[in-house]
Amino acid sequence: MKLFRWFWLVLTLALLANGFRVAMFVVPVDQEQGEIFRIFFYHFPSAMMAFLFFFLSFLASIAYLIYRRSNTARAMRADAFALANAEMGVAFCTVVLITGPLWARPVWGIWWTWDARLTTTLVLYLIYVAYLLLRRFAAGPEMRTLAAVMAIFGYVDVPIVYMSTRWWRTQHPAPVIGGGADSGLDPSMWPAVWWNLAGWLAWGIFVVGLRYAAEYRHQLAEQRAALAALEAA
Amino acid sequence: MKPPYFLIHLAKDLRIEWRSRDAVNSMLFFALLVVVIFSLAFDPTRAVSRQISGPILCVAILFAAVSALNQAWARELRHQVLDAQRMSPAPGAALFVGKVLANFLFVGAVELLLAPLFAIFYNLHVLGNVWLLLLAVPLGTWAIIVNGTFFAALSIRSRNRELLLPLILFPIFMPALLGMVLAISAILTGDSDPALWIKLLLGYDVIFTTISMLLFEIVLHAE
Repeated sequence: MKLFRWFWLVLTLALLANGFRVAMFVVPVDQEQGEIFRIFFYHFPSAMMAFLFFFLSFLASIAYLIYRRSNTARAMRADAFALANAEMGVAFCTVVLITGPLWARPVWGIWWTWDARLTTTLVLYLIYVAYLLLRRFAAGPEMRTLAAVMAIFGYVDVPIVYMSTRWWRTQHPAPVIGGGADSGLDPSMWPAVWWNLAGWLAWGIFVVGLRYAAEYRHQLAEQRAALAALEAA
Repeated sequence: MKPPYFLIHLAKDLRIEWRSRDAVNSMLFFALLVVVIFSLAFDPTRAVSRQISGPILCVAILFAAVSALNQAWARELRHQVLDAQRMSPAPGAALFVGKVLANFLFVGAVELLLAPLFAIFYNLHVLGNVWLLLLAVPLGTWAIIVNGTFFAALSIRSRNRELLLPLILFPIFMPALLGMVLAISAILTGDSDPALWIKLLLGYDVIFTTISMLLFEIVLHAE
């Protein structure tokens, strides 16, 4: 397992290095926006990764609630997985929220606007920070149940936030990928997008794997300590 | 014939509140303070007041409701009442619905008392359809109460629970706050049609009431 982790880390770094090379030097500069458009190659993959890891966290939370009585060992793994994914999602979401304004300032002329996707991302970020806070404030096994319930609430909230703010106002560039007939990236941009998506996905899997293993060991240690305390009493 | 469980819970909560009047009094005074502080801070003149009064009303209700919801379950912790309710044959959802209805009535009473004061302080003349307020405000209040009661139950057994409730309630409540604020502003100014926002609130209420009732059993028995 340790050897595999090293191999995976090397692969991840190679992918990220190549992604950086293609994004910075290979893709031609944008006619209208200038060099600043290159931040897109980090903004977009981070956003995709944030949504992916939040979704995995949501699935793991449901799995925890299902197995919590019948299969404790599996439930604990699901809980560790949910936590690892939520933390990774928050990290990626932070990157999205930092790179977005950096791009918006020169292109739109403003740092921030209360547009549908910006607001949704921010609320999503706040919900998952609240989730992590709940995990910190509550203690013991009941905390895991409460956190799983909270994760489900948070995930259900996201589409509602999105619809409500879309009716309110919208400024973010219309869906570039999978949008209407005129939408779509310039073909020259795709290689950089794919390399960075692959690189950051590999990075996310690497970190989640480490975090999951650490959290699972932590849970096992807690369980042993609780058992030892019971036997001593 | 025995009344349904949630009515028994509701009657119990109403009786306790009638004897002490803790929740309604503290909420009323708190919301009043928020309204006064905002009107001092903004110095509302006639034109502006219509635009800012809706949001201020929503925020005042939200803060007041949170201060009372923190106490809603703390009352059940004394003398292990909550443990007794866990053992009772009544379903958890009935306990939850009773609690939500009770808190909804308390906050509704506060709103009814606050509304005339509010109109006086902000010199309000409603330009839109006044009767729609009777739809928008209760729907928004229900959204606060249903989520707030649920998360108050969720945070009751954590450390510093008074702090935790707003931290987890506010992010989840944001779309409903947006809907409530925009619906009330649309009615007060008469500029736009509030129908869309009332529908949004209705959808939000249906969705979150359903998941709360489904998941409350898990929260109640979380060990």
